Amino acid sequence: MSVAPMDEEVVGKAYDSRLMWRLLGYLRPHWSGVTVALVAIAGHSIMQLAQPYLTKVVIDQHILTGTLDGLDQIALLFLVILLTSFVLEYAETYTMQMMGQRIMYDLRMQIYRHLQRLDVRFYDRNPVGRLMTRVTTDVDALNDLFASGVISVFRDLFTLLGIMAILLFMDWRLAVVAFSVLPLIVVVTLWFRAHARESYRRVRGWVARINATLQENITGMSTVQLFRQERHSFGQFDDINRAHRDANLDSVFYYATFYPAIEFVGALATALIIWFGGGWTLENTLTLGSLVAFLQYSQRFFRPISDLSEKFNILQSAMASSERVFGLLDTSAEITDRPTSRAVTKPRDGRLTFDHVSFAYRDEDVLRDVSFSIAPGERVGIVGATGAGKTTLINLLLRFYDVNQGSVSVDGVDVRDMSLSNLRCRFGLVLQEGYLFSGTIRDNIAMGQERLTDDAILTAARHVHADRVIDRLSDGLDSVVVERGATLSVGEKQLLSLARALAFDPAVLILDEATSSIDTDTELLIQDGLRTLMDGRTTIAIAHRLSTVQDMDRVIVFHRGELRESGTHQELLALRGIYYRLYQLQYKDQEFDGR
Amino acid sequence: MRIGASLRKLIPYLARYQRRFAVGFVSLILATGIQLVSPWVLKLAVDDLTRGVTRQKLAVYAGVLIAVALAGGYFRFLMRRIVIGISRQIEYDLRNDFFSYLQRLPLAYFQRHRTGDLMSRATNDLNAVRMMVGPAIMYSCSTSIVFVVGVLMMLSISPQLTLFVLLPLPFVSLVVRGFGRAIYRRSEQIQEALAHLSSTTQEALAGVRVVRAYGREAVEIKRFRRSNDDYLSRSRAVIQLQGLFYPSMSLFLGLSALIVLWLGSRLVVANQITVGDFVAFNGYLVMLSWPMIAFGWVTNMLQRGLAAWRRMLDVLETQPSIRDPGPHPSLRTPSDIVGRVEFRDLTFAYDGQPVLDGVSATVEPGQMLAVVGPTGAGKSTLVDLLPRLLDPPSGSVLIDGVDVREIPLSVLRGAIGYVPQEPFLFSRSIAHNVAFGTLGSELPARTDSDNCSISQVVDIARLDKDIVDFPEGLDTMVGERGVTLSGGQKQRTAIARALLTDPRILILDDALSAVDTQTEEEILVQLRRRFRQRTSIVVSHRISTVRDADLILVLDQGKVVECGTHDELVRQAGLYAGLYRKQLLEAELEAS
Repeated sequence: MSVAPMDEEVVGKAYDSRLMWRLLGYLRPHWSGVTVALVAIAGHSIMQLAQPYLTKVVIDQHILTGTLDGLDQIALLFLVILLTSFVLEYAETYTMQMMGQRIMYDLRMQIYRHLQRLDVRFYDRNPVGRLMTRVTTDVDALNDLFASGVISVFRDLFTLLGIMAILLFMDWRLAVVAFSVLPLIVVVTLWFRAHARESYRRVRGWVARINATLQENITGMSTVQLFRQERHSFGQFDDINRAHRDANLDSVFYYATFYPAIEFVGALATALIIWFGGGWTLENTLTLGSLVAFLQYSQRFFRPISDLSEKFNILQSAMASSERVFGLLDTSAEITDRPTSRAVTKPRDGRLTFDHVSFAYRDEDVLRDVSFSIAPGERVGIVGATGAGKTTLINLLLRFYDVNQGSVSVDGVDVRDMSLSNLRCRFGLVLQEGYLFSGTIRDNIAMGQERLTDDAILTAARHVHADRVIDRLSDGLDSVVVERGATLSVGEKQLLSLARALAFDPAVLILDEATSSIDTDTELLIQDGLRTLMDGRTTIAIAHRLSTVQDMDRVIVFHRGELRESGTHQELLALRGIYYRLYQLQYKDQEFDGR
Repeated sequence: MRIGASLRKLIPYLARYQRRFAVGFVSLILATGIQLVSPWVLKLAVDDLTRGVTRQKLAVYAGVLIAVALAGGYFRFLMRRIVIGISRQIEYDLRNDFFSYLQRLPLAYFQRHRTGDLMSRATNDLNAVRMMVGPAIMYSCSTSIVFVVGVLMMLSISPQLTLFVLLPLPFVSLVVRGFGRAIYRRSEQIQEALAHLSSTTQEALAGVRVVRAYGREAVEIKRFRRSNDDYLSRSRAVIQLQGLFYPSMSLFLGLSALIVLWLGSRLVVANQITVGDFVAFNGYLVMLSWPMIAFGWVTNMLQRGLAAWRRMLDVLETQPSIRDPGPHPSLRTPSDIVGRVEFRDLTFAYDGQPVLDGVSATVEPGQMLAVVGPTGAGKSTLVDLLPRLLDPPSGSVLIDGVDVREIPLSVLRGAIGYVPQEPFLFSRSIAHNVAFGTLGSELPARTDSDNCSISQVVDIARLDKDIVDFPEGLDTMVGERGVTLSGGQKQRTAIARALLTDPRILILDDALSAVDTQTEEEILVQLRRRFRQRTSIVVSHRISTVRDADLILVLDQGKVVECGTHDELVRQAGLYAGLYRKQLLEAELEAS
């Protein structure tokens, strides 16, 4: 048993301009929202700067002079500013957050649409769980970037620039004094960033190993217990757990140093302002109000700078996620309509031809030089041991895969020369276990064909005895089917999928016969429904039980990827070849199972 | 379980660090207290400035500010380092305990609980618990100190102003709590929408063949869009509320500042407070805003931590159903076991379903017992009971005449080499996996003699042929970047692993199913030659594997339906004989 793929855990590059530009491209459709948000952020940042300045005015013009005239106006102005900035802040948060959501919406649609186009083979390689992560978790990580990352970067920048401007405006000398500590801030922040990044990377690495070890030990617990290796594997876990703790303790050290250091630089600025500003106040070249305002501004000056460094983690995980998402979006589908593909309207009678078809899957030959053809209306059973390549025939007919050599033709046209939708609409597929979607019974039979009336659906259902299922359910066609049809029996699902195929009215019927056992009554209904369905249609049935192919017009026997025998049931039995032996085997099988 | 009772379970973990907690707490008090000094220094400085002051005195104030910041910063550093550090220690302790606890739980527990769920308890939940014992405690202590001392300072400046200024503050906390709840509720609805979105996707991706065959792509996209729309609109509901959160906080805090500005300046003009008081008041107000905000999310952290701790306790309080009986007078080490195995009228039910019904059989030391039968007959359960992966009823499974329930687990399991059908290999080297059972024993991992015995078992399991082709031989990694082993290779690695422990009793639970018949034959011949005195129990679907067994049990629906040697059973013309004929036919088909 191998460990789960690690690609989810890899800590990628912090910044990749190619990815960043591509990400920013998603902002384009929302430019009006971006504009609103930027304006709101700018306005809000400026308003936030009002309070210290108003304090200055109050001290200089009212407190020190002792006049209360105009104080009420200032208070009123302050109130207006508070209310306006309330509105602006709300507008900014709302627009940015919604924009993040809309971008996620767009991205999810894009990924999903892309998934609907990708080759079926792609799904063989990529477990559904991993694809789900792309649609959910990875997209969420990008939301953090748009909704909170970008917004606070702008807010911090505006605040920073605003404070610098206002300080310079009030007194350029004292502004220079206050700015003199900036290099220290930069040094401290850079030091912190470098170390925090490194320890973040280490912590992530250990977290990944903790997860892998946990997963391995939980799934392999009985092996550990049987070999009495509890102590040993505990020791291993303890080592990793301890390394994780130590990496975290390191990171605690950097954080514990960083915040007090920033605060200390702030205090240094305050002390400098008191020393220089106080001196200038004494010389009457600076008002006391300005001094107080400077003290208040200096408190607000350093937070944006240290905040900016925190955005780093958001950026990092967004980069990693976008790399995975774009990786998926950049995977191209190989099986698509060709420029020469066309919609073939006639004939549409279901003639199927395999002409010297060879097909390999993952370097393994599945079909070797297979040639046969099926006439319109002919009913053919395909027989062979597991792994003989039977299911591949279906995959090639529906063009889920493309052949390596030879050609597959439907109604005289190579499947690769037909448009995909034109090709696939000729087939009705009935899979081993009728695959049902959550939704209503109607949805599951009509499969999205809007032209189908309820009458047509019910008629189709009646012909294959699926009306019994519908009658049993309280809401008829509107009855709700849960995911995978979990509330219906296997037989009922089969009947419904027969109705689905009939409603589709295909020229060719493909049956992948059920292996699971169904009670005899339902089995009889299904057999009868199948007869109705096959009437007048080309039928190709993958049979696992030979009893079902005995009535077919012809039986084709596959063995190890090759077409070995072909003929009616009786002819093949007389041949005493593979079919004969398979038949005997099944006979024994039934004996063994039919206790 | 009540909150108090579950929190009490956490106390031992905290108590271990009580001294350091004390130091951390003192640092916390000092750091917070010192922090509250600076507005007061500013007040003195500003007052002096209004009255006229010497430059020297200004220098003193500046110096005091720096000294205060240095001292405060130092204690703040200590506080974080110690308190957060302890939370990491506790996290480490808890995770180790959790892990070693898991190691005591029986197979059945892991079959009932999903791996992802257990992992989430050991990671996400544990992190929430850590946040509760570390940052949440730290912030709630320091914010309450700031709040109490800050308010006292403000009161000492002007009780009247304090009263008015504090008016909007309770609203802030109310807003935090109220919003927190409403946002939480709406967020849960988002989670539902997200779950729906996921299941819609899951369904369409898992049924991709049906979707394509019926040309249902457009319908699926439409369905997805509906879920996506729903998710968006529920997100909007949260954003509408969440977007109000910070603006209303700023508004309330701003109103307090407005009161200070308007009322405070009047008080200064009326000579009730000084300009310095006015400035200091503003300073304290800024400091108070933090506890108001923190109060909300600290409560949140505590709630989450508590819920997470309860989920962890679910596991930590499960009683392991399989108990180690403790020392046995005569069976003290695995080598004390001779290897006589007896099932005595064994009846066993799992989850209320009867699995085995009155099974009796005896295997003498050195004999081979084979178990065959259709799927679901209870074959695996029968052999799982021997090493007590499942617990048999007392007196029904015996080794050397002793109930397995009375043999110390380490002796019992040490005497048994067990190879399951789907063996679990660790993502380490092949050598590590083969040596797994001997790790941590007196033998150093890879001495010459050890390596030699590894190569012996590797030969017996016929892994030698494969290893030649591996890039790094025995040191090739399993899975990951190394070679991914085939099913047969995995099974043979697991056989080698079991053999290396030199077991008295060897159990092969369909352990050769993925090995081709010829290699299987070679392995069986080797086993018979080199492990002649060992008892073996072999479960198989293949007649070729079991035909030479001393005794063959045919199980069907938990009952022994046939019993005897190969020749006897073939003559009986029952289930076994049918299986035998079928496999002959298959072999014939294979050859064509």
